[in-house]
Amino acid sequence: MLSEEPPRPLDGASQCQRVIKVSNQAGAAQAGAPPQTALPVKKAPRKFLSVSAIRSYSLVAAIAIVWIAFAFATDGIFLEPRNFSNLMRQTAVTGILSVGMVMVIVAAEIDLSVGSLIGLSGMAAVMMQTVAHAGFLSSVLVGLGVGLAVGALQGYLTAYARIPSFIVTLGGLLAWRGAAQGISGGNTYPIESPSFMSLGQSYTSPAIGIVLMLAALAAIIWYVLRRRMVQRRLEIELWSPAGAIIRVAVPAVVVIGFVLMLNAYAGIPVPVLILAAIALAGAFLMSHTTFGRRLYAVGGNPEAAKYSGVNVRRQVLWAFCILGLLSGIAGCVYTARVGSAGPEAGTLLELDAIAACVIGGASLLGGRGTVWGSCLGALFMASLDNGMSLKDVPDFVQSIVKGGILVLAVGLDALARQRE
Amino acid sequence: MQSEPILEMRDITKIFPGVRALDGVTFDLFPGEIHALVGENGAGKSTLMKILGGVYPERGGEIRIDGKSRQFNGVRDAERAGVAVVFQELSLVRELTVGENIFLGREPSRLGIVDWDRLYAQAASFLRELGVDINPRARVGSLGTGRQQMVEIAKALSHDARILVLDEPTAALTDAESKHLFAVLSGLRRRGIGIIYISHRLQEVLEISDRITVLRDGKTVDTAPVARLTEQQLIVRMVGREVSQLFPRTNRTVGDVAFEARHISVPDPARRERLLVDDVSFAIRKGEVLGIAGLMGAGRTELLTALFGASPAGFTGEVLLDGQLVKIRNPADAIAHGIGLVTEDRKRSGLVLDETVLTNMTLVALQRVSGAFVTDQAREIHAGKPLFESLRIKAPSLFSIARTLSGGTQQKVVLAKWLLNDAKVLFFDEPTRGIDVGAKAEIYQLIDRLAQSGVAILMVSSELPEVLGLSDRILVLRQGRIAGEFSRDRATPEAVMACAIGGTATAA
Repeated sequence: MLSEEPPRPLDGASQCQRVIKVSNQAGAAQAGAPPQTALPVKKAPRKFLSVSAIRSYSLVAAIAIVWIAFAFATDGIFLEPRNFSNLMRQTAVTGILSVGMVMVIVAAEIDLSVGSLIGLSGMAAVMMQTVAHAGFLSSVLVGLGVGLAVGALQGYLTAYARIPSFIVTLGGLLAWRGAAQGISGGNTYPIESPSFMSLGQSYTSPAIGIVLMLAALAAIIWYVLRRRMVQRRLEIELWSPAGAIIRVAVPAVVVIGFVLMLNAYAGIPVPVLILAAIALAGAFLMSHTTFGRRLYAVGGNPEAAKYSGVNVRRQVLWAFCILGLLSGIAGCVYTARVGSAGPEAGTLLELDAIAACVIGGASLLGGRGTVWGSCLGALFMASLDNGMSLKDVPDFVQSIVKGGILVLAVGLDALARQRE
Repeated sequence: MQSEPILEMRDITKIFPGVRALDGVTFDLFPGEIHALVGENGAGKSTLMKILGGVYPERGGEIRIDGKSRQFNGVRDAERAGVAVVFQELSLVRELTVGENIFLGREPSRLGIVDWDRLYAQAASFLRELGVDINPRARVGSLGTGRQQMVEIAKALSHDARILVLDEPTAALTDAESKHLFAVLSGLRRRGIGIIYISHRLQEVLEISDRITVLRDGKTVDTAPVARLTEQQLIVRMVGREVSQLFPRTNRTVGDVAFEARHISVPDPARRERLLVDDVSFAIRKGEVLGIAGLMGAGRTELLTALFGASPAGFTGEVLLDGQLVKIRNPADAIAHGIGLVTEDRKRSGLVLDETVLTNMTLVALQRVSGAFVTDQAREIHAGKPLFESLRIKAPSLFSIARTLSGGTQQKVVLAKWLLNDAKVLFFDEPTRGIDVGAKAEIYQLIDRLAQSGVAILMVSSELPEVLGLSDRILVLRQGRIAGEFSRDRATPEAVMACAIGGTATAA
């Protein structure tokens, strides 16, 4: 067998198929063993719905309930196109942050500095315009560069210098806020570049919205068909025909409804478009790439990941870099939405992002959490903010309600897991 | 020993899912007696003591203390009945002082305010009674292992214990520390305390105990006064088990040397001057199973972990694959050279428990079976399903969560992970720990089949029959060094065990 062995094929399965055939002798040996030792082992019953599936459905249901409740409470204003557009714009910054934050949380780390980093990167970008009279592109690049550099530094300190991320980023929370105040001298700087302003305040024209919608629909259909084809070719039926149709229909309905609703007001807000692109890329990265797979392994069981050849530290560093870059983007969008860069911009946003991830199903112990869940979590939090503001609920009550709901959501989840 | 026994354990039975750990064990203890409990790894000694210590309340049989039947529903119950267990892993809080540790959870206090003077005075008197000179205000972490052990014993006795259980107390002690411990134990014996002493070191057991009980496969083999026993007799009683028909004995063709290790030494990460593995060299041929036997702490796991590049302090020496010198600095290097490691502890280092079977299977070979960067589930299933079926992984589906599976099934998932990567050299560390007999037989078959296909296999196991039944050659490690090598036909359980224990009974 050895002599005739050709160079091993790249397809890992084939060799093993030839080699490993457990013959039925194993069963015979089992029968020969002392009977009292072969006790039956309990098997877990097959679940119809996985916990994570139930979880994301319940979050969608919670959002629906909140929306309906606010719609009634505000005589329908809450669900009018104008407010819907506002709600989406409010979701954008937290949503962008939560896409990166969920990666760090899945890796069993945390980042408390992103709010301050938004302030610093936004300030750096705007000061490029007012002080150095730089154009749109270079000021955006500076904002992104600041975010990426800070993310890389914090990731390095966490992964390689072995300082707990809680401490590193708690330090960052103070330091980057201080840096923002320092470079600005405590002043607020107005945005000069109109293009930069449009990052936060513009809308696509309805026509472009429709074009984007059609492109999205085409992409969804192409994606589902392509995966169906691969499944056919490998004779692995993951999706039934009905399943494939659902996989086209649900996102299609969401996209169409979303674009029509936004077009009914002014078109798709640019921050929402940016969030959509980032969420799509983030979700793909987390669930369809080797990077994402390894990140879940690192957070779920770092020992097992290490013994499987995963470079645990590098994964953690990358997660922080991505979050840093996204903080830079969020910094530009946030600043543009407000219209100027102030030294206190973005304060407490890190907590909104973390809350969004946790409500969206991420576990602070690592290994669990999804990009879509986190975005839904961000939408849920923004819905509460928006609805309560419409009803003129005082700020302090809003804070108490949000805080209570966060703890309640996680508490219910812990209860459900215990039952499991 | 004319008095009544303080402890009688009758017909003790304990069943874990899939394994009968204890089966009708009988054990008794008289006041002022040191009664040793010996047996191979996994014979049931620790389980028996955990039952006595109240760690496992559910069991069959009867425990009588001073003639009264007792049911312990927790460690506290056992403590109240006068039982104190000092487990192998010391349970002291390193950052607290000696006195604080001794009185942890029941500090002398009034209205919740701790009376520190009384605490330290009482701690000092306990230590004096033991005849040890330790400052009760010293931080436990600053003491050496031997002194920590004394603190642990003082803590146990401070509960007015009359039955003291010591589980491998000398495993981490120097000779001088051990001598001191024996002196302390003799003092306790004179005070009428009954001591249960668990140890692998048979000479030590013969030296200090009054009676010895041998456990094997969860059953009592024999209880006898020490005067009637020799080390050789003890070994025979410990290993005397018929090698069952679990082991496939196929004729394998052995090929060229696939893996060679030269002068491997592994330092202790905590104390670098101490070597866990000391100048070990060996070679494995294609299609060969090399077994490594040895007692706990002999450096077996450390050797495997180091050769896989996963040892925190690294290793010195050379590794050759197919005759080529290779550098192994981390597990990724080892994997790139076709080495795989099935670790001792599946749950800690083998599986991501909350992920699916398929995800775990493809973790190592992900880029090959799924995609360089973009993954494709259909391709993963295509690669994983045949293996899932041929290994007969008894999970409801490829998408079952690893945590919900039995030990044997989990072990197959770990193995599948390496097979998908086409490992050419496979290290197995305790491949059947915690697995029921039926699944064990399947794992043995798989190891045999792998060897037949030309994989070079290095296997560490504490179960002698397993090592003897599967290996073509056996290396015995003792205190980090190679103590002997046996070919398949020369290896008898007695000879291997004697070699692992060392001392007078060592075969020439």
